[in-house]
Amino acid sequence: MDLAVVVGIDFIYAVATLALISIGLAIVFGMMRIINLAHGEFMVMGSYSAAVAVHHHVNIWIAILIVPPVVVAAIGAIIERVIIRRLYGRMVETMLATWGLSLFVVGILTMVFGDITEGVPTPIGGITIGSYQASGYSLFVIAMSIVTIAGVYLVLRTSRLGLLARGTMQNAEMAAALGVDTSRIYAVTFAFGAALAGLAGGILAPVSGVFPNIGGSYIGRAFITVIGGGPAALVGTISASTLFGVINQLATFASNPVYGEVALLAAAIILIRLLPQGITGRYFRGSL
Amino acid sequence: MTRFLRENAALVAVAIAGIALLIGLPLVLDLYTLLQVTLYVIYAILALSLAFIWGYGGILCFGHSVFFGLGAYGYAVSVINMGDSTLPFLIAIALPAVLAAALGYFMFYARISDVYVGVITLTVTLIFYNVVNSTAGPQYHIGEALLGGFNGMPNVPSLNIPFQPDNTLEPAGMFVLCMALLLIVYFGLHILLRTRFGRVLVAVRENEQRVEFLGYDSRLHKLIAFSIGGAIAGLAGCLFTAWGNFVSPTAFSVVQSAQIIIWLMVGGAGTLLGPVIGAVAISWLTVQIGTQQTVNANVVLGGILLVFVLLVPKGVAPMVTERLVPWFVSLRRPAASPRNVAGESKA
Amino acid sequence: MTPPLIETRGLVKHFGGVQAIRGVDFALAEGELRCLIGPNGAGKSTFFKLLTGQIKPTSGSVLFRGTDITALQAHEIARLGIGIKTQVPSVFNGLSVRDNLWIAAARHKEGKAITQAVEAQIERLMLGRVANSLTGQLAHGQRQRVELGLVLCGEPNLILLDEPAAGMTEEERGQTAELIREINREHPLIVVEHDMSFIRTIARRITVFNQGTILMEGDVDEVFSSEAVRDVYLGKKVAA
Repeated sequence: MDLAVVVGIDFIYAVATLALISIGLAIVFGMMRIINLAHGEFMVMGSYSAAVAVHHHVNIWIAILIVPPVVVAAIGAIIERVIIRRLYGRMVETMLATWGLSLFVVGILTMVFGDITEGVPTPIGGITIGSYQASGYSLFVIAMSIVTIAGVYLVLRTSRLGLLARGTMQNAEMAAALGVDTSRIYAVTFAFGAALAGLAGGILAPVSGVFPNIGGSYIGRAFITVIGGGPAALVGTISASTLFGVINQLATFASNPVYGEVALLAAAIILIRLLPQGITGRYFRGSL
Repeated sequence: MTRFLRENAALVAVAIAGIALLIGLPLVLDLYTLLQVTLYVIYAILALSLAFIWGYGGILCFGHSVFFGLGAYGYAVSVINMGDSTLPFLIAIALPAVLAAALGYFMFYARISDVYVGVITLTVTLIFYNVVNSTAGPQYHIGEALLGGFNGMPNVPSLNIPFQPDNTLEPAGMFVLCMALLLIVYFGLHILLRTRFGRVLVAVRENEQRVEFLGYDSRLHKLIAFSIGGAIAGLAGCLFTAWGNFVSPTAFSVVQSAQIIIWLMVGGAGTLLGPVIGAVAISWLTVQIGTQQTVNANVVLGGILLVFVLLVPKGVAPMVTERLVPWFVSLRRPAASPRNVAGESKA
Repeated sequence: MTPPLIETRGLVKHFGGVQAIRGVDFALAEGELRCLIGPNGAGKSTFFKLLTGQIKPTSGSVLFRGTDITALQAHEIARLGIGIKTQVPSVFNGLSVRDNLWIAAARHKEGKAITQAVEAQIERLMLGRVANSLTGQLAHGQRQRVELGLVLCGEPNLILLDEPAAGMTEEERGQTAELIREINREHPLIVVEHDMSFIRTIARRITVFNQGTILMEGDVDEVFSSEAVRDVYLGKKVAA
């Protein structure tokens, strides 16, 4: 029984981290039809901002939950203005530009912080379940993932911004004709996606370690989840994270984490071939 | 004869320049520089492979390093086991070609759209990178070859004269071989693009549906083109390993894929000469950056990719057409106009 | 008795829950020129896509000279000699007019014969002055003719024309009608059109589509005097 709980936590943790690292990318993909290949580096910038804040004796919770989304949202807003805005509607070019951006950011981070791993302390110790030891921080990550998804749902569902964003998402020209400033909506959406990436980076910083290249290990999983999920950002992220997270964890149990990731990527390729529009392109149509 | 020269002035110029470099560089360059130039030539072959499938076939391969890496590892593993490099050389070309054909069948016959082809190829690269990276330890070996995981495989034998394992190529010989192969690939692709297959391939890039309406199987054309591109990338991978006697998982890395795309962006994706020049220029630049400590190479490479995507205002794809077409039209016209010649040599 | 050139039997196509085509039995004889009319959404475009193999029917079959071609790929159907001119000109914008036609002719010809076929089409379609221009830079009417040239270079046994006169001036429409009659001397045609006066100038037999089925079939006068056709077609037009 205790073992079942621990194993269950492992599965939920795999799904939750996948959802957490993907949700920001999914918002941007769902609303703006662009794939930000620098998403992993947005997360890394979040992790670094947390590490720097901790270094300056900022309270650990503020350092991982408040500082990263604020910092990365600001950076995202600038990047939207300088780069993304010029490429709206051109998916391939946006991917290439953000790919370049991703290399650029890795280089900058290496120059500023050096090619070494920064640490962010884990603020929660282990907890005991029967005779097994589980990581308390894992439970925290799961909780934060749920809170984040719920928060995104509330923003999309209840706020004026969410309403406008959903309108723009469904029909940009119509929204523009109705007097909605679509470029501002896009800017805010991109910054919101960046904030979510930063938040994910902050939350995961204590478990992953912080170094310039780590974005590469996030981006593959994140964009595959987003594309597998399809256009509806929330339902897509949740369904694809569940599918891929479970596959990942099953393969990890059967062999090792590397093959867990390989199984995830292979499953994603097959899913894209079967459902090129993603899960929500075929099912749950019209959902958020 | 004079008519042939007039119509193909640019190509003849490239041929003369290429042969001059092939003969001249080993005579004038010191050993270190010659080794460095050999690497640029290998990268130029790699650039041509993507130029063909992306610039002419319209296949947005974001994970081209998978074919390069497979060629590099295919050569390393088989030459360590066999000793003689003759068969490993061919294996390194065949293996990526087969992978490309399988992947092409998987993608093109399901009529996956452009962007998703990019996503799938990138994902396949990640899979290979992850797997190869995790093979550290004595239990991971193929025959006598230890895969070595993230440490890579050292002491891979050089190429030898076919069927004479003891007669390995010296640096000068290696340069001549690589340069000759570059010229063969370059002119081979030019000839291929003038055949019906090549011209239909370009038509597929322009309008796949119309090609089908005309009775051509566009899926098959893309699959064949993709395999040819994979084979050439594998050739480059083989030469790369033989050149440095070493291969590591970075051959499969996403950054490696990005570099090849950067060569294309810089040189112009719709030409063959452009990517060759792009590969040499960017590789040279990367080496120069490596010799100093202030600026990180990733900053420069990423910056270049960003700038080239942003400063081609109509986007990458139309640029392809604009650069390609003057050249393509010049094939059909009795005489190449000066503009076309200039366009090709400038590109 | 020779089988029809092209025939459909009980053709049905669903898109999700929508029945775009519901049971179409259609036959076209060798040498015929047939007009398809019907209000928007009647299923004409879907019907064309089923004939050319771009989409596969939910049930029913398509026969070409008595052979079942339902399962064939689009390019295999094209090889049987079924050519289509789409509503929005589908050409190779990045290639010259001459290269466009070369691609079409090279499918079934070799060497000099290709060039001869290309030059013949250029002359027939009056494209001589723009033969070396990029097709994407031509006027709409010229691109229409390039597309027609692509179809004709394939020496088709059957040509499908989707709204050939759309977006044309009165004068161009007259020329197009003349061209269609001329093409029909050698090739059977199915033409989808909206413009009634244009149809009058070219059509002999007309098939009327409505809500995914064939409402009626008859010669020009029969169809134009039919109350039922007037109701669905003209009624809809006025309402729109």
